[in-house]
Amino acid sequence: MSTHPLLRMTGVSKSFLGVRVLHGVDLELRAGELHALVGENGAGKSTLMKVLAGVHRADSGRIELAGREVSFEHPVQAQRAGVATVFQEFNLLPERTVAQNVFLGREPRRRGLVDERAMERDTARLLDDLGLEGIEPRSKVRSLSVAEQQVVEIVKALSHDARVISMDEPTAALADHEVELLYRIIGRLRERGVGILYVSHRLREIFDLADTITVLKDGHLVDTGPASGTRPADLVRKMVGRPVSAVFPERLEPRGEHVGEVRLSVSGGGNAQLDGIDLQVRGGEIVGLAGLQGSGRTEIAHALFGIDRFTRGGVSVDGLRADPRSPRQAVRAGLALVTEDRKAQGLSLNQSILANSRLVLDAVLPSGSGRRARRIPGILSALELVARGGHHQEVRYLSGGNQQKVVLAKWLATDPGVMVLDEPTRGIDVGAKQAVYTLIRELAASGVAILLISSELPELIGMADRLVVLGDGRVAGELPGGSSEEAVMALATGAPPDGAHESADEDSAGPHRHEEAAP
Amino acid sequence: MTRVLTASRALSSRLGTTGLVYLALAGVLLVSAVFVAARGASLLTAANTVDLFTRSSLLGFLAIGMTLVILCRSLDLSVGYVAALSTVVAGLTMAGDPSRILLGVGATLGLAALIGLANGLVITRLRVNPFIATLGTGLVIKGYLDTQFQGPAGSIPAAFQTFGLSRIGVFPVSTLVMLVLAVLAVLYLRRTRTGFHMYAVGGDSEVARLSGVRPELPVITAHVLCSVMAGVAGLLLASRFGTGNTLVYNNGYELEAIAAVVLGGTYLLGGRGGVAGTVAGVFILATLDTVFNTLGIDPFVKDVLRGTIVIAAVALYARSQISRTAVRVRFPSGGAPPPAAGPPDPPPSPEPLAQGGKR
Repeated sequence: MSTHPLLRMTGVSKSFLGVRVLHGVDLELRAGELHALVGENGAGKSTLMKVLAGVHRADSGRIELAGREVSFEHPVQAQRAGVATVFQEFNLLPERTVAQNVFLGREPRRRGLVDERAMERDTARLLDDLGLEGIEPRSKVRSLSVAEQQVVEIVKALSHDARVISMDEPTAALADHEVELLYRIIGRLRERGVGILYVSHRLREIFDLADTITVLKDGHLVDTGPASGTRPADLVRKMVGRPVSAVFPERLEPRGEHVGEVRLSVSGGGNAQLDGIDLQVRGGEIVGLAGLQGSGRTEIAHALFGIDRFTRGGVSVDGLRADPRSPRQAVRAGLALVTEDRKAQGLSLNQSILANSRLVLDAVLPSGSGRRARRIPGILSALELVARGGHHQEVRYLSGGNQQKVVLAKWLATDPGVMVLDEPTRGIDVGAKQAVYTLIRELAASGVAILLISSELPELIGMADRLVVLGDGRVAGELPGGSSEEAVMALATGAPPDGAHESADEDSAGPHRHEEAAP
Repeated sequence: MTRVLTASRALSSRLGTTGLVYLALAGVLLVSAVFVAARGASLLTAANTVDLFTRSSLLGFLAIGMTLVILCRSLDLSVGYVAALSTVVAGLTMAGDPSRILLGVGATLGLAALIGLANGLVITRLRVNPFIATLGTGLVIKGYLDTQFQGPAGSIPAAFQTFGLSRIGVFPVSTLVMLVLAVLAVLYLRRTRTGFHMYAVGGDSEVARLSGVRPELPVITAHVLCSVMAGVAGLLLASRFGTGNTLVYNNGYELEAIAAVVLGGTYLLGGRGGVAGTVAGVFILATLDTVFNTLGIDPFVKDVLRGTIVIAAVALYARSQISRTAVRVRFPSGGAPPPAAGPPDPPPSPEPLAQGGKR
């Protein structure tokens, strides 16, 4: 028994561009232990992992590995010290073989030449140790399934003799039977005394696997404790409950002609990322899409807009079958999408405000675009767009909030019947947020059907009339507007609803709630 | 694990892209033989075979070097100019004196290596786009050649002209040298760390960096080797002409080399492919040239046909290629609900419209 824990982090803080994302977080990991890190989107879990992995440097705080202080400036340093990380994005070369990937950067040599046979032998041994005979060291990574690729990542970590392995959402992309494979590997790793830091949104896994659970919220450590004494509902309660930082404008009296009609309807929608999506949005209604990162919110927006279209099921707009196969068709059908990534997907940064506002009109609806374009200055001033250089200023010089207003103006000019807003307030200041909220309310009142996607739960709860909660690419359930954050999180993480505490303690299989959308 | 493989993917995964390229080479030879036979001639006469091999050696040198560069997700547009410069350097250094052959070869290849080093450093250190960086290098060389030399320069001793002109049986010496260098390049890519890292950097330089590879090193090495190969091509040209000739840069060698590399199945954006495929690509282009010559096809039509074939081939490879990024597919087979044990139902017909449509 060593007196030191395998890994000890004390007072780790980190800021990005003046925004503090980690506030003095402490964490201890013992050999053979699985330590789960939970929290909402943006709670700081991924940042903490990246600090440990040497991707980011902590502004302050100590990291000790087996009692010795370390400071990693590069991921390779962390790997050499025995700290490996399996990130959400794959760090593999699809065109190279399993063995070549595992030993990338450290290829064994004999007489100056790479000893591929030794490489394959060692890879095979590592795979065998994990009880995985199915993967050939010589097969190309791109021919493997997602789960197998994940295994290769883990094997790569092990080939460094990792003592600490941190995994960021390792099951996010795995099917149920593949998750079992991961469980088995984790079991073997723990037998060998490897300490595992595990980030997951799925509470079921956390209660299946974890010895210790640490809850982060807004970069603060909320609680650390043994998993056995924790109830899922309590855990969810600790994860949520941020102070409401904005007051949302009141609902307006609907007055438009389409109010109450079903303007957007999706039935049985599915593609590679989504399945069984049933969704109806009426004119005048704001429907919020809630869910954790990767649960399929943005994927729905993209499917509706014909970017990664639904391959199953159908989409109707204003009662007509639309099934957009391209954004162009989607716009023609009356859809508008304010994308998540404003700079890359929403704006042409080195063009003027006016040019950006006319973009969709000119490209997709050229007939009559002149008439509609005449309204653009009016729309821009109604949005209270502040630009020192007038409407001919390049949008790259605008603040985030003003840029977002240009994106909104671009879509308002097309008179959409259905508006999908993906994170419309991300990265904009409070004043601009209020303007966006007010605009959403006004649009709804005028009869537009609004689908609002946001990672900020208070925003969704405060704005939406109805919340559709997603989990793993399916609809996990529906809640009325104004529901508690806990209720939403419970659905999104697959935790049991309040009142079902007892089952979680005695039954390790745990609840796995999916409301099947019956066709 | 469910793996959906379309027929073409299945074929390409069994053969590999390189196998596919050799299959294409065999096809091209067969079709050409038929065409030539229809004209009452024979494709594989000794004269035609020599012609084919002779054509392949020059392009081969350039394309082998280009393969390394393209594998690293870079490009070298200066090889034609480097080859032209090399003919002059060889001609002037050797100056018709057989005892200076070694010196001439050394000076030529050394200068070429320095140019490659400069290319590599500009691309990795100054982060200039390879297209622009090497185009710039090429223009600098062109400007120098145009101002300093009019017409042929220097002379190549007869002893060194055997490199370009003599042959063993139907095999020109230059082609044999090219094939030996191709084998060395294949070994280099498959048996050295730098070779491995060329694939890694070309595939995803961030992944390479996070795995402890210094991404600059393979790129610089590839550029040096590519330039040296262009120098070898220059030596070959000089030995054929018997003198240095600046005007060879007008022949568009760089683009032809890129075409051969791509035709050989190397992915233009790096990380995938190899020299074996490139050699086949070179032979395909050389075969076409030989056939067009035998059939007496108008040179303009020749270019049209060559262009079409390169595009068609690359389109074919693209079809058989799976997306390079690992997309996580959640519902690959149509998303049966998880508790359901039976086979997945067909997707529910979503709208009454499906039955209610009037026909």
